[in-house]
Amino acid sequence: MATTSATIPSAGPAAGSRSFLSRLRDGDEIARLITLIFAASVVLITVALVYQLWKDSALPRHAFGWRFFVTDVWDPVFDKFGALPFIYGTVVTSAVGLLIAVPLGLGAAIFLAELAPQKISDTLTFLIDLLAAVPSVIYGLLGIFILVPLLREYVQPALGKTLGFLPLFSGPPFGVGFLAAGIVLAIMVIPFIISVSREVLLSVPREQREAALSLGATRWESTWKVVVPFARTGIFGSIFLALARALGETMAVTMVIGNAPKISPSLFSPGYSIAAVIANEFTEATGDLYLQALIELGLVLFLLTFILNGLARLLILVTQRRGAGVHA
Amino acid sequence: MSRRTMNLRLRWRKAVSAVMLTLTGVCALVAVSVLFFILGYLVYHGGRSVNWNFFTKLPTPVGEAGGGMANAIVGSAKLLLLASLIGVPIGFLGGVYLAEFGGRGAGFVVRYCADLLNGAPSIVIGIFVYALLVLPFKHFSTVAGSFALGIMMIPITLRSTEEFLRGVPMSLREGAMALGASKWRAIATIIVPAAYRGILTAVLLALARVAGETAPLLFTAFNNRFWSSGWNQPTASLPVMIFTYAVAPYEDWHRQAWAAGLVLLALVLVVNVAARSILARGISVPRS
Repeated sequence: MATTSATIPSAGPAAGSRSFLSRLRDGDEIARLITLIFAASVVLITVALVYQLWKDSALPRHAFGWRFFVTDVWDPVFDKFGALPFIYGTVVTSAVGLLIAVPLGLGAAIFLAELAPQKISDTLTFLIDLLAAVPSVIYGLLGIFILVPLLREYVQPALGKTLGFLPLFSGPPFGVGFLAAGIVLAIMVIPFIISVSREVLLSVPREQREAALSLGATRWESTWKVVVPFARTGIFGSIFLALARALGETMAVTMVIGNAPKISPSLFSPGYSIAAVIANEFTEATGDLYLQALIELGLVLFLLTFILNGLARLLILVTQRRGAGVHA
Repeated sequence: MSRRTMNLRLRWRKAVSAVMLTLTGVCALVAVSVLFFILGYLVYHGGRSVNWNFFTKLPTPVGEAGGGMANAIVGSAKLLLLASLIGVPIGFLGGVYLAEFGGRGAGFVVRYCADLLNGAPSIVIGIFVYALLVLPFKHFSTVAGSFALGIMMIPITLRSTEEFLRGVPMSLREGAMALGASKWRAIATIIVPAAYRGILTAVLLALARVAGETAPLLFTAFNNRFWSSGWNQPTASLPVMIFTYAVAPYEDWHRQAWAAGLVLLALVLVVNVAARSILARGISVPRS
């Protein structure tokens, strides 16, 4: 790594034109080396993280192989570990979360980017940024004491009465469960969808809107049929970003999902998620296989978010490049 | 098509436009109002319990009313201090390397790793630090918790430092060079000072973010009902206390959890607002 960077001229002006010795005398080589060490430590930490997760999940990987992901028995007493209930819970809660968050977030982003006067848009964006800074344990706190009772007393009985024939909304109203976790996740990822989508929408060239309007489109038609499709890839990027957040979210979900390793089609049913089971059982895990099964779950989570984040960044980049390209 | 149906159709389209645009406004309003709901509920439920005792007393045993979270507040402060000592130098100097010295290949690798760390779920960071610093020493510690939080601060600090340093105008660098300054001198005395507001903002935002992190502390710093007796001992922290108290079945603990939630949120929001106001208007804060 050091060798490649030494041969490529650095960002500053004319750095490469002086001799190595004079740069050494001026302290430039020393400064480069020191900062390089710190930069390299970032790489080191990342490599160590992946290595540790891989190494410390060897037992269950050898013992269960791919069966780990498709069996649904989680019984530490008999050393049986199947991750399916947790994977199911993570997928279902994230899906519910996105189903609520995407329309709301996209709507708000359209308002902020296309409609609101600059001043109002800036103020609201500032508040949304603050919302993104609220710690997840606080969402969990409000989830337990405000949302869960609300769901148990009012929302779930009402849904059960009207839509109870669907397996989705059947069963007794516990309050805690997939639905509660999904709603909390939705609230938590909305700020991310809004701020990324807004930026992507703002990068759509003005001419696109003007052309649509001059052809007689209404304001909504120009937004929905021209601007949004133009920004589509970037908006998908923001959704992937939100999904990655939702999958890895731990505290808020742990506090409202009910912590029961069950696979149930009903959203009212208590469940469990990958992150939640790690948070709850990690310090109590007795035996290497148990602990390593939890670490393997962590590895799965890491890989999933890694893939989603990568895809998201790619999509957002593509859209912004395209916007800039048309503009030029 | 007759003129009449044309008119009808136009009116319909205009109506749809008005309705949909109003709906987007409603979406924005709903999203923003969540912030005020959160603040309102925390003040309502936690406001009464934030008193002198909360900041000065230790937690009481179960069943005994009163007590406070002094140990958690001090614990959080210690965790954040040490986390900054780990995360800020690595992030800042790494950022300097990327902006001023980094070649294309090395820069790409460092940036890629930073993004990977930034996107990693915080609980995974917790597992990593557990394997690295807790398991070998056989006990939870403040140091391990700080290391986990420090790791989380690195990517935010690193990428923003790089971004703000790159934003410093070329003419400033050329001026320094023309006066005969060596590169590191130009960086230390001209370029970094020119970008320090942005970097400071980023550091504060990173601090505010990890201040509320709970998941990476669960199995690194763990928790403690008493004062932590040293850096190598488990310690209480505000976020972990909120979690522990909120999921426990005791009424009095719930009251304390609300109070701790209010204090934590106030802290995070104040630091956020302060950090953003440090930046002069017109310069955008890079997103972490």
